[in-house]
Amino acid sequence: MTDSKTSDSESADLETFRNETRAWLEANCPPEMRKPATSDADVFWGGRNAKFSSEPQRIWFERMRDKGWTVPDWPKEYGGGGLSAAEHKVLRAEMARIGARPPLSSFGIWMLGPALLKYGNDAQKKEHLPKIAAGEIRWCQGYSEPNAGSDLASLQTRAESDGDDFIINGQKIWTSYANYADWIFCLVRTDPTAKKHDGISFILFDMTSKGVSTKPILLISGYSPFCETFFDNVRVPKANVVGQINRGWDVAKYLLQHERAMISGMGERGVGRPLGQIAADTIGTDGQGKLDDAMLRGQIARFDVDEAALAACAERAVDLAKAGQAHPAFSSAMKYYGTELNKRRHEILMSAGGVDALEWESERSRQGARPRAWLRTKANSIEGGTSEVMLGIVAKRILDLPGA
Amino acid sequence: MALVLTEEQSMLRDSARGLISDKAPVSHLRHLRDSKDPTGFSKELWHSFAEMGFAGLLVPEEFGGSGLGYVEAGIIMEEIGRTLMPSPFLATSVVAASALGRGGNAAQKSEYLSRIASGSLLATLAIDEGAKHRPLQTSLQAVRAGNGFKLSGAKALVVDGHVADLLIVAARTAGAAGEREGLTLFLVDPKAKGVAIERTIMVDAHNAARIEFANVEVDADSVLGEVDQAAGLLDGVLDIGRGAVAAEMVGLSDEVFGRTVEYLKSRKQFGKLIGEFQALQHRAAELYIDIEITRAATMKALQALDADVAKAASAVAVAKARAGTTATRAVQEGVQMHGGMGMTDQFDIGFFMKRARVCEELFGDANYHTEQLARSRGY
Repeated sequence: MTDSKTSDSESADLETFRNETRAWLEANCPPEMRKPATSDADVFWGGRNAKFSSEPQRIWFERMRDKGWTVPDWPKEYGGGGLSAAEHKVLRAEMARIGARPPLSSFGIWMLGPALLKYGNDAQKKEHLPKIAAGEIRWCQGYSEPNAGSDLASLQTRAESDGDDFIINGQKIWTSYANYADWIFCLVRTDPTAKKHDGISFILFDMTSKGVSTKPILLISGYSPFCETFFDNVRVPKANVVGQINRGWDVAKYLLQHERAMISGMGERGVGRPLGQIAADTIGTDGQGKLDDAMLRGQIARFDVDEAALAACAERAVDLAKAGQAHPAFSSAMKYYGTELNKRRHEILMSAGGVDALEWESERSRQGARPRAWLRTKANSIEGGTSEVMLGIVAKRILDLPGA
Repeated sequence: MALVLTEEQSMLRDSARGLISDKAPVSHLRHLRDSKDPTGFSKELWHSFAEMGFAGLLVPEEFGGSGLGYVEAGIIMEEIGRTLMPSPFLATSVVAASALGRGGNAAQKSEYLSRIASGSLLATLAIDEGAKHRPLQTSLQAVRAGNGFKLSGAKALVVDGHVADLLIVAARTAGAAGEREGLTLFLVDPKAKGVAIERTIMVDAHNAARIEFANVEVDADSVLGEVDQAAGLLDGVLDIGRGAVAAEMVGLSDEVFGRTVEYLKSRKQFGKLIGEFQALQHRAAELYIDIEITRAATMKALQALDADVAKAASAVAVAKARAGTTATRAVQEGVQMHGGMGMTDQFDIGFFMKRARVCEELFGDANYHTEQLARSRGY
């Protein structure tokens, strides 16, 4: 309620920014980058061993990086674009207008960066943020353990003091792309005698450190986006702890809010063809142009209503944050609804595809792209906190219900 | 445009909330119902609405109104939804004022809009004929007669129909039921010969009427907009009404939810507060999320109406569809979680359930608007 009344000169400046941005995107975004990536291999993740899958992908990434627009709202000193929240919103809208895909996908951008900006010391920010912005270092997240899933704070990976270093031993699981990552941000237990939330530290280290190994996990989709990650006497300087030692849970929770915001936005909202038209490809239409399956048509229409409403809510969440009116736990609400909605979307796609959507290995089916994507979405409501955990957080932190 | 209220809008909300919660809590509706009040709303409160500039909120300043927009109208409607205050605001200040403002010629505007703003004229749109909202199915006939027209047919669920000073009647001057071409709006004096108004006492104890028209004569000056071409005007006016009702339903849902959460925090069974039970916690959390999403969709629709009424149809369909399913869920959970108390007339929760049901039918239910969205997307 404080800043939404923009002055005339501010809105004129914003209009100038919009026009310049539109012209720049038109001139600089290759046509191939104006449609969604068709597979994970088509997404640029950066890192020491990164390869571009195409020349347009390279051009698009480098041009955006040079403007600081891989991380448009980060400060310029860390390789960001230094955009205000209002300018960032304009840039997003202008990118969406032409269907421009993100030039760089990165857990460094979505998760670690915001946590470092808030909790990192000067040296850590200067060391890590520019490399994230430039796509030089690819990060992975060491949170879950075999016995610490929804109950994350019961994690047992231990870090024992040895002079200026910690010696880390233990195992992580569900580490996304650990086998491709250069560095890890990791939760470790630095005080085994404290209460479970109090003895945890948030620490950064190189995945090439001696004693780190990874093993991919084959999922029901046939892909292995996650790994088991093992630490066997890994030596890490204490200077790599973000925030205070034993206060890592604060950093972890803050980062989780960003992770949840990221996952809730993972659905293919507003891009590509409408579901109703995709369904018409296989099912056909009646004389009036209506999908020739009234019940499925109704399901799709209800989905479209909810998807459009969620998009408005996501937009409002950003505006509320900007106005300082956001509830910190609201990302849990968005995560719950966004992931459940994405699962609905893929159930509809499978139903619309019918028998055609069951092929697993063929050129025709792009190696079973549709059923594999459908199965992948089942993890959305588990990873980053299950739907049930999200509802519990809303009940406790937003609704203030007793004993939750 | 940010999806948060500006400072001025927050102040408007606060002053509306102050007046409405003070003068028209749910007990106000209860009293009107139980006393079988012949007017069905408080004239004194309507006078206050006029004094505060609410009655003419959408009326341009040149006609004595406040010249505000649909977001502001939604703010008032949301507050009305919180206490279920019966008010001519929806029918007169939102729907009729929009119809006159958007479709009226200079003479019609100057005759009616300033009286709406001053609170001295109540007006309403008579559109629905069948059990469900189907504007293109309008079949009330208007045939040319001399210099004017003769109207014959019947309308249902005319909000404030028995207290209105002016009826805006959708009629068919050409074509068949279901066609866009051939619809015309008429300004009709409810006291004209041949108009028969039956006040219908509704489940929600809000005003509504059935109105019959038997060869009602109107002159050519009473046409609002173009003859045969009212479909476009109606689209806009109805969308404005839908946005407003969606806002009322957001206020209603939020209030029911707030009362329900308070109950979960105070009612004890099995030696525990019932809000400690996870089965109820998760349902409450889901409902909260539903309401927040619907609130955002409704704000989006009202902003879209302010930007360009003609381009707001999809956003409005999304908002009204969501408002319908969300309010239905909110009142059902409200009654269920209040247990036996929720079933009693003495408790207010039932009033919300009844009003939500009426709001759901007003200007098209969730199924209607979901269907509209599907059509607009070409499947």
